[in-house]
Amino acid sequence: MKKRLSKKLAKVDRDYCVACGACKDECKFGAITIKQGVFALINGEKCVGCGKCSKICPASVIKMISREVS
Amino acid sequence: MTKKRSFFDYMWIVSLSYLILGFFNILFAWLGMICFIVPLIISISGGGKSYCNNYCGRGQLLNLLGNKYKLSKNRDIPNFIKSKGFRYGFLVFFLTMFSNMIFITIQVFKQEKNLRQAITLLWTFKLPWNWIDVSMVSPWIAQFAFGFFSLMLTSTILGLITMRLYKPRSWCVYCPMGTMTQMISRARMK
Ligand code: SF4
Ligand code: SF4
Ligand code: SF4
Repeated sequence: MKKRLSKKLAKVDRDYCVACGACKDECKFGAITIKQGVFALINGEKCVGCGKCSKICPASVIKMISREVS
Repeated sequence: MTKKRSFFDYMWIVSLSYLILGFFNILFAWLGMICFIVPLIISISGGGKSYCNNYCGRGQLLNLLGNKYKLSKNRDIPNFIKSKGFRYGFLVFFLTMFSNMIFITIQVFKQEKNLRQAITLLWTFKLPWNWIDVSMVSPWIAQFAFGFFSLMLTSTILGLITMRLYKPRSWCVYCPMGTMTQMISRARMK
């Protein structure tokens, strides 16, 4: 059975992400990894769209978008 | 799902102790070299920014003060601070100040200059720091400690100011170590 996905999804602006990892620590669903120390990568299947990462990101580069758009 | 706590979640205690120890004996400043060299070694050997992501006590400390103790206003950081120009510019400035500090240490080593027992905050304000006897080591060792601790305190102050004004870990946006390790990681990725 396929898990129902949330309406919203976190999206990182890679150009401005500083790869600090604050978002990774904040995500309780283990949806974020820091890709080779360069930018944060969101696993769309694990993300539940809670928006916590977006709030904590010191560079404010995480936007919550609707899945339809992505 | 809750994450298991690990020893490395408490690195903020190490960072805090470091800042306090410096007030008792400036020679502890030398220990700070660890958080200068380790992140570089990690990123050069392909570990990316694992230092920032897992071990950096300063990032944890700012997070703790800003989030747990609610000292942060949690506003968005101005765009110019996260621009590449500012981040690289601040890195260059920081490295220049670092080299200057090394240069003074060398002068003291060559006995061209006398040891100055002072801490310089924000590259401007000089505080006499002479309640500690440093005569047990060579003057240049003490000079380096004063210079290095000045940098550490200065960056802590900047970190606290931006923690208060913007998001808790705002310092991480323009932290010279973070910028350097990200540059190295980016270069390795290509
Ligand atoms: S918190 Fe923001 S800047 Fe830091 S790694 Fe995550 S997306 Fe990037
Ligand atoms: S929105 Fe929530 S679940 Fe999705 S990545 Fe961010 S913190 Fe994790
Ligand atoms: S960016 Fe600087 S302060 Fe932030 S986690 Fe990395 S080394 Fe620590």
